[in-house]
Amino acid sequence: MPKRTDIQKILIIGAGPIIIGQACEFDYSGTQACKALKEEGYTVILLNSNPATIMTDPETADRTYVEPVTPEVLEKIIEKERPDAILPTLGGQTALNTAVAVAKNGVLERYGVELIGASLDAIEKAEDRTLFKQAMAKIGVDVPRSGLAHSYEEAMEIIESVGFPAIIRPSFTMGGSGGGIAYNREEYEAMALAGIDASPTNEILIEESIIGWKEFELEVMRDTADNVVIICSIENFDAMGVHTGDSITVAPAQTLTDKEYQILRDASIKIIREIGVDTGGSNIQFGINPIDGRLAVIEMNPRVSRSSALASKATGFPIAKIAAKLSIGYTLDEIPNDITRETFASFEPTIDYVVTKIPRFTFEKFPQADSTLTTQMKSVGEAMSIGRTFKESLQKGLRSMEIGSYGFESRLFSSPQEWGRPLSDAEQELLNTKLHVPNWERIWFIADAFRANMDIAQIHSVTRIDPWFLFQIQQIVEMEEGLVKLADLPLDDAEWPALLRDAKQNGFSDRRLAQLFGKTEDEVRQLRHSFGIRPVYKRVDTCGAEFVAHTPYLYSTYETECEAMPTDRKKIMILGGGPNRIGQGIEFDYCCVHGVMALAADGYETIMVNCNPETVSTDYDTSDRLYFEPLTFEDVLEIVHIEKPLGVIVQFGGQTPLKLAVALEQAGVPILGTTPDAIDRAEDRERFQALLFKLNLLQPDNGLARSFDEAEKIAERIGYPVVVRPSYVLGGRAMEIVYHVDALRSYMQNAVQASPDHPILVDKFLVHAIEVDVDALSDGRDVVIGGIMQHIEEAGIHSGDSACALPPFSLKPTIVDEIRRQTRELALELGVVGLMNIQFAVKDDTIYLLEVNPRASRTVPFVSKATNRQLAKLAAQVMAGKTLDELGIRDEIIPSYVSVKEAVFPFVKFPGVDTLLGPEMKSTGEVMGIDTNFYQAFAKSQLAAGVHLPVKGNVFVSLKDGDKQTFIEPARRLVAGGFNLVATRGTAAFLESNGLPVTAINKVKEGRPHCVDALKSKEIAMVFNTTFGPHSVADSYSIRRTALMNNIAYYTTLEGIIAAVDAVLSLGREKLDVVPLQEYYARQ
Amino acid sequence: MKAILALADGRVFIGKAFGARGEVTGEVVFNTSMTGYQEILTDPSYCGEIVTMTYPLIGNCGINPEDVESGRPHLSGFIVKEACPYPSNWRSTMTLDDYLKQNNIVGIQGIDTRSLVRHIRDNGAQTGIISSIDLDPASLVQKARKAPSIVGHDLVQEVTCKEAYHWTEGPWKLGEGYQQAGEMRYKVIAYDFGIKRNILRNLVSIGCDVTVVPASTPASEVLAMKPDGVFLSNGPGDPEPVVYAQENIRQLLGKVPIFGICLGHQLLALALGGRTYKLKFGHRGGNQPVQRKSEGQVEITSQNHGFAVDGDAIKDAAVLTHINLNDNTIEGLEHCQVPAFSVQYHPEASPGPHDARYLFDRFAALMDKHRKSLV
Repeated sequence: MPKRTDIQKILIIGAGPIIIGQACEFDYSGTQACKALKEEGYTVILLNSNPATIMTDPETADRTYVEPVTPEVLEKIIEKERPDAILPTLGGQTALNTAVAVAKNGVLERYGVELIGASLDAIEKAEDRTLFKQAMAKIGVDVPRSGLAHSYEEAMEIIESVGFPAIIRPSFTMGGSGGGIAYNREEYEAMALAGIDASPTNEILIEESIIGWKEFELEVMRDTADNVVIICSIENFDAMGVHTGDSITVAPAQTLTDKEYQILRDASIKIIREIGVDTGGSNIQFGINPIDGRLAVIEMNPRVSRSSALASKATGFPIAKIAAKLSIGYTLDEIPNDITRETFASFEPTIDYVVTKIPRFTFEKFPQADSTLTTQMKSVGEAMSIGRTFKESLQKGLRSMEIGSYGFESRLFSSPQEWGRPLSDAEQELLNTKLHVPNWERIWFIADAFRANMDIAQIHSVTRIDPWFLFQIQQIVEMEEGLVKLADLPLDDAEWPALLRDAKQNGFSDRRLAQLFGKTEDEVRQLRHSFGIRPVYKRVDTCGAEFVAHTPYLYSTYETECEAMPTDRKKIMILGGGPNRIGQGIEFDYCCVHGVMALAADGYETIMVNCNPETVSTDYDTSDRLYFEPLTFEDVLEIVHIEKPLGVIVQFGGQTPLKLAVALEQAGVPILGTTPDAIDRAEDRERFQALLFKLNLLQPDNGLARSFDEAEKIAERIGYPVVVRPSYVLGGRAMEIVYHVDALRSYMQNAVQASPDHPILVDKFLVHAIEVDVDALSDGRDVVIGGIMQHIEEAGIHSGDSACALPPFSLKPTIVDEIRRQTRELALELGVVGLMNIQFAVKDDTIYLLEVNPRASRTVPFVSKATNRQLAKLAAQVMAGKTLDELGIRDEIIPSYVSVKEAVFPFVKFPGVDTLLGPEMKSTGEVMGIDTNFYQAFAKSQLAAGVHLPVKGNVFVSLKDGDKQTFIEPARRLVAGGFNLVATRGTAAFLESNGLPVTAINKVKEGRPHCVDALKSKEIAMVFNTTFGPHSVADSYSIRRTALMNNIAYYTTLEGIIAAVDAVLSLGREKLDVVPLQEYYARQ
Repeated sequence: MKAILALADGRVFIGKAFGARGEVTGEVVFNTSMTGYQEILTDPSYCGEIVTMTYPLIGNCGINPEDVESGRPHLSGFIVKEACPYPSNWRSTMTLDDYLKQNNIVGIQGIDTRSLVRHIRDNGAQTGIISSIDLDPASLVQKARKAPSIVGHDLVQEVTCKEAYHWTEGPWKLGEGYQQAGEMRYKVIAYDFGIKRNILRNLVSIGCDVTVVPASTPASEVLAMKPDGVFLSNGPGDPEPVVYAQENIRQLLGKVPIFGICLGHQLLALALGGRTYKLKFGHRGGNQPVQRKSEGQVEITSQNHGFAVDGDAIKDAAVLTHINLNDNTIEGLEHCQVPAFSVQYHPEASPGPHDARYLFDRFAALMDKHRKSLV
């Protein structure tokens, strides 16, 4: 069918900020959708609050609203733009929920807007458990047995049919709290009653436990002509019970016979038809009982999902792009397959390699969080790897994680000589726990279990992981045992080439081999190269080589035929950022993609290297050539060897590629832009101090401690509070502010192990200093400021976790000018070619330098969106040799409007974790609010971050003494604006004595009803809570946690509180206006 | 233990022996299905062929007694990247390697199968040899060159049954295994040119009382059994030399409804005066898109053929009902006057998708209609 001509304007909803469970994959899918629809001549309107996305680039859509993704804002945009249709299936659950809200409240009907992709009925049928269950019964597809209970009696009746173990899920509790698994009647009775109590609707879902079953997913697509195809099957390494986002997953399914696979396929087709997803992609999850093959469908996402992104990258079939084209009426047989060019999208990809996805966790950031893997997703990113066997794919996956693993390093044994020795009781217990309780390290412990002489049956019985996967790990362990014996083999032995080739074919990294052989990585590499053992590169082609692949989407393997076919064009390679983690996420992928765009426009062939399947950078049509490979020195060096690029760009992908810079340069790889030496000069503490001394710039007093004694001496010299952290840290890892010698001792003893090799940095902490972030661009001769951002929160809160405004909202012009001057001096002295980010602190009109990073920073996309100057593109051009002058970049752009960036946190996913901010970065994503004044822009940023800003009601205040005085003025404004103040006794007395009306309320320990009761009963609209010292932190923990779980706006820093006061007042005064980026830019 | 695959054009691959030790020649082809190796091994249509699986890991689910399409493997040799010695599946009873040894099928693993597939794709399917006895590449290439081509060779004779037999087993169901026949509404004679059991099971499922007869059974004998319909099965190799079958079909046309699959489809086309030709490397896999020309609907199909029907010569006799969307080759035809239709692909699947099961119902409808026309 030809495309629809009855619609011209389509609104696409993006996913908003990166959160756990919703990451860059929706930028990838949304960007594909925008491009696909624009290509077809439709006017595309976009709503997305996340500035760090390619989809919010002003060129991607026609009208780009960087505004909060809420039903209210969506309605305003619909009113203003009058789109013909909304495509809600490419922006994750956020987009779907927002679209459902405007469909249900009559907005779509009122403005005559159609939902395309999936109808409201289909969405509800897929998402509502009862409707879904009924639909499955209708088509004869099994679901786990279940029932809803509202009373003890009902619960007892349902358990008869469900049986044990049973899962109890209270309805409408955030994060599934109050639920659990009951293994017997006694446990069940207690849990059922507690669950009914915990649920606001007094309802629990009781479900048959299929924990331990095998888990599979199918990616399905359907078009308007009712053609249905399966794009990819995925098998979970971890059995049911671990969220698929937290499981290691493998494509295609490995342990299904055709008979069983076809049952899944038939069921998937029936399901997508019955649910009624008209066009586009869906993801369906199944459990299969390993004993008898019985199947149960777990859930269906009536939209493009994280798994769709993985399936797209795993097969080369661009699901989101095709989904967008199907939504406007094309059928699968009308859409060409870009890779083969001669075939169409109406087929099912077949692959001739094995894809492994491994999730990346950051539990080290949340020490209080329970790191057990459950049905609640906890991972923050993932890496994907491709190999010709599972063993190769898995081992490549492990080294793609960038957690210091290069294979199956032992967790239990200190050297290979110990393998097989009897375990101590404690070790045995640790091993049993690590196998039995799902956790992120389990895969390494499985290898150790084999080394401890456990067999497949034993390991299977505790892990429930399919024996096929266990066997593969056992084979790797056995190979390792063989490889260890080669340590003494003379280097000229004729056995070497075959043995080494065999090891490489099974995915062993040089580094792991070096550990096994007792050699260095370099020695292993030299030995390998001396035998001519190098990887070949194969193409991902959707078709198992049946047709010629025209897209150089490549992965390495150790076989005979290489399909890389490098060109002799002038080419530049860009190294990506690897798996997302807190501190290194989509912002860096954005920079990489922009680098690629700019260099391609300048006529270079662009080569992308990355292993993150969620990203735009790993879309095969982003760069000219894509290498889906781990970002290790070994893997990158081999690609350089085959491609021989003019240069490699390491400054866009965050720390990951930056860490490789020195080694790559030493290996003779040309690094473009700022030299590795300049990078080192900024990162090495002593060299950096020399630099500051030379330029006569200030930094907070500091010292380097290699022991507690040294640290204590430094702290005494510079005065408490001090900031302590290990040298060379990422994202504020293990960084703390210490107010007292006891805390310093505890930090030095517990948090970090200081040693001569790993000294601890001790800095004077500047209390109530204003932090300023600067992004600048230099070609080595000229320096242009990209943007100056004033943080809302005081210095000491990690810059990634602070809100910030561009342009600055309260800094004196003279200070800003001085910051400009210092930025220039630093850039020129370091010889920056490309991007640079500097963090300053301003206290009492004195400027201190906190940090210099001569690379793309997390704020580059925000600054680019705020100023309409795409810094990463310019930086790439500069690195490739152009001057800023040639590019016409001379002056800083200072916008006439205000942009505010706010961070978004994962606290809700981690029960037991406090929400206080500090020097350790904890946010997963960011949003942007734009408006003509700071307060309205800040208010938008809060709404976009999911904060429910009230315009009236009770504000609960509990402040530390130091903050009380400053709060008087804002408190007056609040009261004048119609808010009521509620405070704990100390704060209440203080406010009253300053003539403010305030209601006193009990602290938690003062008896009920207390402030937490008030929060739970929704009497409080907003919480202001600052704390000092561990006691006060512990006392007020339940306040912050309750506010979080009940979705009540809360602020925990004085500066945040003041901004929030003016934001809520501003929201009360002015109506929220929505304006697309393109209009803001035109005003400049 | 070392094994070598040599192609007639001189390309040599060195790998490891698996399955039976020995030496075999055959036409080297590839199959892109990711599941269903056991069905592929036992599909008689692979007689005379050395099959390469494009998916690298084969044998993961082992071998079970149920997933067979005939009594034994029929292919000449089997090529995989990595055969799994430790299968995991609730129905598995033995490893792939043991099964191949038991059935004397020579295999090779550990070669760059993608490179081999690309070579076949670019240069066409050709004769090859696998050996774990003779490890001299030059000698093997010579042997491959001397080995007979499958073109012009009647391979049906090697796989057809010796005597007629009755079939009552229905399709497989999870938890129940193979179903027993229910109500028998049609008497169907199935010509065995190398028939896959799942075709028979599907015929049983639509109510057929099936008698399978040898490929050379004269039309008169078939008609004497007074069938409601005649089925022309799949089978190996080149349809052209199977002239006796073409002649029988000509005699049956118009007298009884006919349904043909794969080789049966090609033989029907030849019987109608059509022509067949050899494809460069054939279609073998479970992801081939076929369009029903009447409705435009696309079916994902299971295919296994090296020859195809040339549409021009039968334009007047038959309607071309289905085409392959990858290369526009003919996938189905229907006689203009008499009740006879056929498809090039495998609606019985096994292995592969079930999108085309409706064709069996169409056969039943055709038999109903024909029966009514006789009354």
